[in-house]
Amino acid sequence: MGPVLAGVLQLLALIGALAVVHIPLGNYMAGVYSSDKHWRVEKWIYKGIGADPDTEMRWPAYLRGVLAFSVVGVLFLYLLQRIQGVLPGSLGFSSIDPDQAFNTAVSFVTNTNWQSYYGEQTMGHVVQTAGLAVQNFVSAAVGIAVAVALVRGFARSRTGELGNFWSDLVRGVIRILVPMAAIAAVVLVACGAIQNFSGIHEVGQFMGGSQQWNGGAVASQEAIKELGTNGGGYFNANSAHPFENPTPFTNLFEIFLILVIPFSLTRTFGVMVGSAKQGYAILATMATIWVGFVSLMMWTEFTHHGPAFELARGAMEGKEVRFGVGASSIFATSTTLTSTGAVDSFHSSFTGLGGGITMLGMMLGEIAPGGTGSGLYGMLIMAVIAVFIAGLMVGRTPEYLGKKIGSREIKLAACYILITPALVLVFTAFAMALPTPANSMTNSGAHGFSEILYAYTSGANNNGSAFAGLNADTQWFNSTIGLAMLFGRFLPMVFVLALAGSLGEQKPVPATAGTLRTEKPLFTGLLVGAILIITGLTYFPALALGPLAEGLAS
Amino acid sequence: MTTRTENQEDSMSTATPTRAPHSDVPTGHKPAEGRVGAGLFDPRQLLTSLPDAFRKLDPRVMVKSPVMFVVWVGSLLTTVFSFKDPGDWFGWAISAWLWLTVIFANLAEAVAEGRGKAQADTLRKAKTDTVARRLVDDRLVDDREERVPGTELRIGDLVVCEAGDIIPGDGDVIEGVASVDESAITGESAPVIRESGGDRSAVTGGTKVLSDRIVIKITTRPGETFIDRMINLVEGAARQKTPNEIALNILLASLTIVFLLAVATLPPLADYAGTHLTMVVLVALLVCLIPTTIGALLSAIGIAGMDRLVQRNVLAMSGRAVEAAGDVSTLLLDKTGTITLGNRQAAEFVPVSGTTEAEVADAAQLSSLADETPEGRSIVVLAKEKYGLRERHQGELAGADWIAFTAQTRMSGVDVDGRRIRKGAAGSVIAWVQNEGGTVAEDADGMADRISEAGGTPLLVAVKDGRGARVLGVIHLKDVVKDGMRERFDELRRMGIKTVMITGDNPLTAKAIAEEAGVDDFLAEATPEDKMALIKREQAGGKLVAMTGDGTNDAPALAQADVGVAMNTGTSAAKEAGNMVDLDSNPTKLIEIVEIGKQLLITRGALTTFSIANDVAKYFAIIPALFAAVYPGLDKLNIMDLSSPDSAILSAVVFNALIIVALVPLSLRGVQYRPVSADKLLRRNLTIYGLGGLVAPFVGIKLIDLLISLIPGIG
Repeated sequence: MGPVLAGVLQLLALIGALAVVHIPLGNYMAGVYSSDKHWRVEKWIYKGIGADPDTEMRWPAYLRGVLAFSVVGVLFLYLLQRIQGVLPGSLGFSSIDPDQAFNTAVSFVTNTNWQSYYGEQTMGHVVQTAGLAVQNFVSAAVGIAVAVALVRGFARSRTGELGNFWSDLVRGVIRILVPMAAIAAVVLVACGAIQNFSGIHEVGQFMGGSQQWNGGAVASQEAIKELGTNGGGYFNANSAHPFENPTPFTNLFEIFLILVIPFSLTRTFGVMVGSAKQGYAILATMATIWVGFVSLMMWTEFTHHGPAFELARGAMEGKEVRFGVGASSIFATSTTLTSTGAVDSFHSSFTGLGGGITMLGMMLGEIAPGGTGSGLYGMLIMAVIAVFIAGLMVGRTPEYLGKKIGSREIKLAACYILITPALVLVFTAFAMALPTPANSMTNSGAHGFSEILYAYTSGANNNGSAFAGLNADTQWFNSTIGLAMLFGRFLPMVFVLALAGSLGEQKPVPATAGTLRTEKPLFTGLLVGAILIITGLTYFPALALGPLAEGLAS
Repeated sequence: MTTRTENQEDSMSTATPTRAPHSDVPTGHKPAEGRVGAGLFDPRQLLTSLPDAFRKLDPRVMVKSPVMFVVWVGSLLTTVFSFKDPGDWFGWAISAWLWLTVIFANLAEAVAEGRGKAQADTLRKAKTDTVARRLVDDRLVDDREERVPGTELRIGDLVVCEAGDIIPGDGDVIEGVASVDESAITGESAPVIRESGGDRSAVTGGTKVLSDRIVIKITTRPGETFIDRMINLVEGAARQKTPNEIALNILLASLTIVFLLAVATLPPLADYAGTHLTMVVLVALLVCLIPTTIGALLSAIGIAGMDRLVQRNVLAMSGRAVEAAGDVSTLLLDKTGTITLGNRQAAEFVPVSGTTEAEVADAAQLSSLADETPEGRSIVVLAKEKYGLRERHQGELAGADWIAFTAQTRMSGVDVDGRRIRKGAAGSVIAWVQNEGGTVAEDADGMADRISEAGGTPLLVAVKDGRGARVLGVIHLKDVVKDGMRERFDELRRMGIKTVMITGDNPLTAKAIAEEAGVDDFLAEATPEDKMALIKREQAGGKLVAMTGDGTNDAPALAQADVGVAMNTGTSAAKEAGNMVDLDSNPTKLIEIVEIGKQLLITRGALTTFSIANDVAKYFAIIPALFAAVYPGLDKLNIMDLSSPDSAILSAVVFNALIIVALVPLSLRGVQYRPVSADKLLRRNLTIYGLGGLVAPFVGIKLIDLLISLIPGIG
């Protein structure tokens, strides 16, 4: 079996698995967020944090919940790193510097998991397990909660009430992420990923010299790392490390974990707004872009010219021999089209155009299928924009799911889509204009620029993957990328929740023959086109000077 | 049953000629016409509006359109930078074309406004300074007058107008009746009757009294009269941005910011790549990317939309109402005058036993000769067409004593050759027969009932001759549904609009006509309260409702409806309550108003899509031009094979400017609207303006580049 065929078969297997799982999982999640019963363990938690899970919240209250919870998360994580030196179980690692501790705290709370450190050489068991792993769960649950609040805005009428943040958060963790991660971790352990609390082993190398291996609760963190579209590896090599991702099967399984919740949320959306078809339309939009990007990536990586490529039958530099070009292409595209940022190969080593595809995937706003929750709300925002333009073309003031898209709604959606381009472009321009940041580049020319463009794109979009090559552990990058992650996560949430509130207060407009049918393939095509054109136009000059200049050179 | 027939007639136009607003206004409007079609666009308008376009370069005016203001600032910047390097033809060429871009945008708006100005001038002529004859005593006891300028009238003043006077201000007739020439505002030369009390008491300042004397109570302050508001509206002075226009402006502004970010962050990136971007090039790139096409044409589209209504003699009091018209999902249509012809027509003559049809026809015709109501005339016409009875003139019959139709007697007739013939409402005729000592045939009642049940109105014909007084037969008056109404309603259904017929008829009659006309629903025996309740019910379901009305009792419903079109013949209360006034007083126009509203929104959406899709080609022109020198691989993006970097950038800028002028006619005329489903409409517009918008600039820029490369010393 040739590598191309192997890649295509893996892709088909993945699509099949997702197609089977998304309906029951989506239905289950819709049930979780619609049920009015509390589990006993949840009641203990509510009692512990002093929250009333039955109080309906309007959007400002919901937002306050999100922000308060996240601020506490950042502070806790920051402190934990700063006192690591005196904590037990720290494998002798010292405390983290302020700028890096800030960067890492923000990174994990924002579901980004950008890492400007080497996990196995910096973080001990306590920080990894009690700090980082906890955020892997709760930051993902926060994302889903905000998405569910937006869906409720569409589904409800004549009320500004969007549900209860604490209840949504706790249920997301207890009923969705923890059980799924547990199953996934068992599968990973069964396939060879490690799960222990052992110390550092000194191992002699085959070629002479020695190597340090450390153990840890790797499989459990790996499971939630992918499932919650987090991406922060236990080891610096991330999912290219055999302790995290031992076999081609675990590789495919991890891609499945990355994609399963974001894709299934479209079903949850469909169920909650009372039209499975509307969910399918969003699913189809996400799937079209994802399959398109994966195919494009495989094509560029398999067909690159040059003797080395032809010998290896594809662009093998920076890719694991265990996985090959096909699986690495699927992983790289999936991790950048979601806000995961886990990597099983090195994006910097992809062909120029391949690297561009990973960047463009993030630049789309990570909506195909996107991060847990953030993918759905990002896509719905784009749908609002597309409905606004297309809706006019059917001769009515635009409406989506029976809600009118007026000036207030379009203002909020427009603010949302402005944020990440502003963060990416402004920070990149400053990094290029100032004398010192460029010293962090490993390469010169277009590839060097790509390293910096990738870093801010990854940060502002809460992806967390790195192009590699860039020395990001400087005060400049730790601070600016930290800010990009912070604003890139929470400013959009402000507008999403405000939009949800605005939509929920409206009375629904009944659909007639004159209404734009948003569940039809025509609309899906329109939405895909709008996403590609609007993002493409925003980033075209920057992409031209980085990956395009490099990719088209040969 | 007989009683009901009578009540019904009371509310019908047969018996109340004062309440027949639609029949006496010749509209010149045929339902088959009046599709939303081409507004006239004369290229000479571009030239005549040029001075206005320059006047609009004032930054205080420009700042209202964020997109074009950015172009304005950009033009200023490139001009300043060109002065710093005066030998560079490229800088001057870009500056010139950027200024042209701004001027073209202003031109589009000026042309759109110019069309309203002509109309406003005509209106101003009507608004010559009048001298009012104000009554000193406002209790009407003392009729001494004082002469004051029309501009000094206050609300509540009483003024007198006699034949030949111009009415000095808007008001209600409180005494007298007069014929008034309202052609100054309606363009309709036939005079209309204005009288105190009832639904036709409103008069408009600037119109002329042709006969008689009336006393008017002024209801509007000078400067706020109907004609003043009309002038403001057609001139666009009172134009406020509509909700959807505001929303679109927000989206365009945010796209502008996105592109401003993309361009402003480019210099350090370019410097790193090893090439320096001049201010001229950066501004050129920015202007090409921001949505100038729609930004330039947005206000012209809005003004032209209002103008299309004005051309159809409809005045929208706010642009909001025009937009709402596009969203309407329920149309309330009055039966009389909208769905059926204004009046009932005789359809057949039914004899009672012992008489023949011909006898009934003859008697009906004779008794109707003195009936000048449309119903009466239709009886004469039917007798002629169906029974070959020549129309006799009143003078032909010597010694005949004609009894004209009056609202009091509700009968007409003639006394001739010893015969006394009467025709009229069932109750009146029966009373007359009994009064004359005759008897009413037993089957007459049954016949009348059957006609009522079928949705018609029965009139009785009776005679008193040698054989005594008796009923001869029944005339079947029938509502006649206008031609083409069924097709119109089918179209509306395809557009997703539900039609509800409003009528004072009983449910049986209403149902018969509703089925014949093909409306979706009907409201029978409708009172103003019923109407109001129906509107509220529809609105509670999230629907937008449009209706027409003319009476004071329609006013609350007109105000409640999302689109309320008041007839110009109606009361001032109705005109105040509605958000549109139809000067032709033609209720069928509601359908056209909906289409114009939709067309307005479609034009905006189509040009926005076109504008955004255009950017793709512009990138393919400009990015290789800027960077192929340092990254030769990027020359592969130069798929248009443009001759030189300068020419490529200039071509994109020129295309960007010219496309505005090219689309001015479309924005004034509006994108063609067809009453089809939303899906078909979207597919069609997406193909034309989406795909077209992607492809057109590739062709256009290439052509302009070919021309530019022919200029010696360039390219």
